[in-house]
Amino acid sequence: MTSAVPPPPPSTVPVTEAELHAYADRQLTPERAAEVAAWLAHRPDEAARVHAWEEHRRELRSLFDPVLDEAVPPALQRRARRRASWFDRPALAAAAALPLVLAAGVGGWALRGAHDAPLLAAAPRGSDFAARAAVAHTVYAPEVKRPVEVDGAHEDQLVAWLSKRMGATMKAPHLQALGYALEGGRLLPGERGPVAQFMYRDEAGHRLTLYVSNEKPGTSSLAANGLATADVRGGDARADTAFRFASEGPVNVFWWVDGPFRYAITAPADRAALTQVSAEVYRQLAATQP
Amino acid sequence: MREPDDDLSPWVPRLRRYARALAGNRDDADDLVQDTLERAWSRAGLWRNVADMRAWLFGIMHNLHVDALRRGRLAVVALDDDTPDAVAPPPQASRAAVLDLQSALERLAPEQREVLLLVALEDMAYADIARTLGIPLGTVMSRLSRGRERLRLLLDGAPSVPGGDAVRLKVVK
Repeated sequence: MTSAVPPPPPSTVPVTEAELHAYADRQLTPERAAEVAAWLAHRPDEAARVHAWEEHRRELRSLFDPVLDEAVPPALQRRARRRASWFDRPALAAAAALPLVLAAGVGGWALRGAHDAPLLAAAPRGSDFAARAAVAHTVYAPEVKRPVEVDGAHEDQLVAWLSKRMGATMKAPHLQALGYALEGGRLLPGERGPVAQFMYRDEAGHRLTLYVSNEKPGTSSLAANGLATADVRGGDARADTAFRFASEGPVNVFWWVDGPFRYAITAPADRAALTQVSAEVYRQLAATQP
Repeated sequence: MREPDDDLSPWVPRLRRYARALAGNRDDADDLVQDTLERAWSRAGLWRNVADMRAWLFGIMHNLHVDALRRGRLAVVALDDDTPDAVAPPPQASRAAVLDLQSALERLAPEQREVLLLVALEDMAYADIARTLGIPLGTVMSRLSRGRERLRLLLDGAPSVPGGDAVRLKVVK
């Protein structure tokens, strides 16, 4: 549809304001444009208005068209290409080192003891959960051959298996509308029992994981050192469900608690994108879990 | 349309032009373009469903711009002769008039400015503007009409509608 204004019956129908604009913008059919031109020929005031609009339009072009010929700044050139947005930031230069850092954190947890107490106290409540989700993401997301134990083509089996092992009805949210296809999932050891990890992949190959736990939060909570956290209210969140956000290098984590379940979404995506995914996951899960 | 699978570069100059007119200065405009590109890539999975890439990209920019205005990040400041290098200098003879145009543009309501600029800079069909901005066609027309009359008033001091309401017939939806 290129013509915004439906052509009225000729001649008897007066020219509308909208048609005058469409005339000035060359969006009328040639026939109607001729009629409007004839109409304007007898109305100098209207013709002057239309002429002024056309003049302003020309001036706007001469004012801003030079931008088209400016050299594009290198930062924008990089971001115009695939992957640039997530992996070209100077701050992420150390991205490759992150799995090692986090893995060291895992080792540290096994050795945790009384000397961890100050760090534990400083860590925001629940951030250990986010840290475990981040580690699980970082361990499995780079996998080429075995990112999942059961692939997304067998979603029924995956969900049935995870539900059985978790002792609760599990569901893999559908995120195609946000550009993420389900790759599959796996069972992982959590703090006190099994946790489920669903893995998604976007067109560009970036992976996103949903980490689900229904363990009762342990009294011996693990500290997650260095995770910057912030409270975020989900747009659709229930009153008692705060979305929380943690960021470490290229991996961002959104997590929240809903009844006996804790959920974490992890991806190398920005906060806005994660917020959107989290809200959608929350919405779908809330719809199935009364 | 060019295949956007790996490169949005072909869109950058036009996004920059529109952003410059929208934001009024180079830095804010290029920030807006950068955010637009990042969001576009973060939703690259949606591209196969995008029939009109231009409407999609400009729509993303519109949403980001509206968000920025709400947060007050983009200060709308009228330019004057001392403001350096907002755009490439126009030919000397028209300089005063052109600066007037930019100041006038910045005094328009943002929603009127958007419609006016999509028409003027992008030659966008009204229906495409409606899709880009997510508003009804009738709203596009009324914003365009108000924006243009306001611009005329600001630039020429013209009364808004000669002949009164006689010609101000209802916009066809």
